[in-house]
Amino acid sequence: MYEGYESDMITTSVTLAGVQFKNRVLVASGTYGYGDDTIELVDVSKLGGIITKSLSMKPRDGNPPPRIVETAGGMLNSIGLANIGVHRFLTEKLPFLRTLDTAIIANIAASSIDEYCNVLDALEAEKGINGYEINVSCPNVKEGGLSFGTNPTMVEEITRRLRSRTKKLLSIKLTPNVTHISEFARAAESAGADALSVINTLIGMGVNIHTRKPMLSTVTGGLSGPAIKPVALAKVYEASKAVKIPVIGIGGIMNANDAIEFLMVGASAVQVGTANYIDPGAGIKIAEGIRVFCEAHNLSDVGDLVGSLDAKTEFSAISSWL
Amino acid sequence: MIQSLCTVHNVEQVAENIFVLTFISPHIASVTKAGQFVNIRVAEGVEPLLRRPFSVCRTEGECVEIIFNVVGKGSSVLRKKQSGDLIDVLGPLGVPFSLFEDDFDTGVLVGGGLGVAPLPISTATLVARQKSVSTFIGSRSKRQLVKNHLVNVHVATDDGTEGLHGTAVDLLKKHSDEYRYRRPKIFACGPTKMLHAVAAFAIANSIPCEVSLEGPMACGFGICQGCPVELVGAERKYALMCKEGPTFDVRRIRI
Ligand SMILES: Cc1cc2nc3c(=O)[nH]c(=O)nc-3n(C[C@H](O)[C@H](O)[C@H](O)COP(=O)(O)OP(=O)(O)OC[C@H]3O[C@@H](n4cnc5c(N)ncnc54)[C@H](O)[C@@H]3O)c2cc1C
Ligand SMILES: Cc1cc2nc3c(=O)[nH]c(=O)nc-3n(C[C@H](O)[C@H](O)[C@H](O)COP(=O)(O)O)c2cc1C
Ligand code: FES
Repeated sequence: MYEGYESDMITTSVTLAGVQFKNRVLVASGTYGYGDDTIELVDVSKLGGIITKSLSMKPRDGNPPPRIVETAGGMLNSIGLANIGVHRFLTEKLPFLRTLDTAIIANIAASSIDEYCNVLDALEAEKGINGYEINVSCPNVKEGGLSFGTNPTMVEEITRRLRSRTKKLLSIKLTPNVTHISEFARAAESAGADALSVINTLIGMGVNIHTRKPMLSTVTGGLSGPAIKPVALAKVYEASKAVKIPVIGIGGIMNANDAIEFLMVGASAVQVGTANYIDPGAGIKIAEGIRVFCEAHNLSDVGDLVGSLDAKTEFSAISSWL
Repeated sequence: MIQSLCTVHNVEQVAENIFVLTFISPHIASVTKAGQFVNIRVAEGVEPLLRRPFSVCRTEGECVEIIFNVVGKGSSVLRKKQSGDLIDVLGPLGVPFSLFEDDFDTGVLVGGGLGVAPLPISTATLVARQKSVSTFIGSRSKRQLVKNHLVNVHVATDDGTEGLHGTAVDLLKKHSDEYRYRRPKIFACGPTKMLHAVAAFAIANSIPCEVSLEGPMACGFGICQGCPVELVGAERKYALMCKEGPTFDVRRIRI
């Protein structure tokens, strides 16, 4: 049990698909490395969970510089899934992660469905991983580089294939770069996903007008940070209305109030991404801020916030504001 | 590496558009080595969003100095800091210049523009280690020249208003007799074009050389993978500038 974390009688912990999280704040993939870079700075065991950088079968070098650029209230990135590969992860990073008192979720990226399966199999063979998050915002080599995540049939097939190989928590991380995210949410749910992670970055770009060159080596990249929060909230709202499985809200969360918005629109938990670069302790502060908010509002369980939005109109995928 | 709220001691203008900010951090002041940097959150809100990295210029007692040009969002906020303000500082970060090794007798310091930033702390280390020092710095004009806390300095300006009419690299070549036969090692910081020229000169003359690089960074300590530096003939294509640099042996990287 997590008695130590039920301070002042407010329940902060939650169990999702059999995994106990001591609080509802996790750190997002690609924004916390493999969990071992911040130990000098923060007590990472106070986080609800750590999602690893996306892991592929073989190590990936990633894209040429420049890979990042700051934008108004956000940043663009084009890292290119640079990672050490699943085998080095297992030998060099997992032994440390096992010593942490927090949930460890391995994020998987791949360029074919077989690769997703192979990475999951390699991870499944080891102890210490509580579940998987599947990054479907990856180019599908067979389909000429089109992202898996923008084709609902692909999302369904990836989910089904992975579901048959593991009983652990399986969350599909959806891309916001689609017209109706609810379609993708249902596809993943119907194929057996335990949860959805919503959202990955939005496609964006920037131009240096003096050189006429794109700001990123890959021309376009992924937008993250506070600038995307309104979009993320709407996507989480839409997805959570479409499915019964829990939705983990992600996108521009900088403080507890941001996180509470996500919980209210229907997220069962949240992930903090870009904020970690500015403050590696952001996730822990946000978890504490949510608890304090509950205390001030006489809520006994952070879960009472989930889906508590008081909206006058019913949700409609066809935008009612048009 | 620690993250702490540090008190600003003062901000002082030292040349045209160039400022030195001094903050108080007993820890950073005592452990920082020349070539390392700090990552500063210049404002509490989201503009600018990311921290800004700055080379540590000098340390004295509990004080840490950074030197910067006012060019954009972050530096404009920093120049307005008042003594007593608090700034959130992460550091020290990165791999220092290898000033503590014994593979050289003369430290040859080269700085172009604000590339002079890490030279005062480097000078202090070299002097304390009783190495000889030759310093070559270049700036656009006399008005942007900063030569505080340097020793044996040669100056070049692009417009000829002080010292040699030319660049720091021109100086380095012109005065090579000063260090060439005294087991030199070059430590350089400045614009990419200058570093390129310094590296070419060092390699052509078989002089060991380290450069300090600059580029976009989001985190400054390895969690974002945003700062690749291309490696030469290694099994890996890139190193991380923030974690494996910002100082690199020129033979390891493609500048
Ligand atoms: C390891 C490291 C050490 C650094 N050390 C120092 C240092 O000691 N002193 C220092 O002044 N800066 C240093 N920098 C650069 C510094 O972090 C900022 O990039 C710089 O202060 C500009 O930030 P800004 O927010 O003011 O400008 P921004 O708002 O980010 O940029 C405004 C405009 O200025 C341009 N620009 C960005 N950086 C520079 C630059 N350095 N010179 C000219 N134009 C630029 C941008 O392309 C943009 O067009 C260092 C960077 C790194 C990675
Ligand atoms: C530099 C960077 C790298 C990222 N890498 C990954 C990744 O490897 N896998 C993944 O699923 N998401 C990755 N993301 C997306 C984040 O996990 C998150 O979904 C997104 O940034 C939105 O959240 P934020 O606004 O809080 O950052 C990355 C984001 C950034 C900024
Ligand atoms: S700046 Fe984030 S890894 Fe280097």
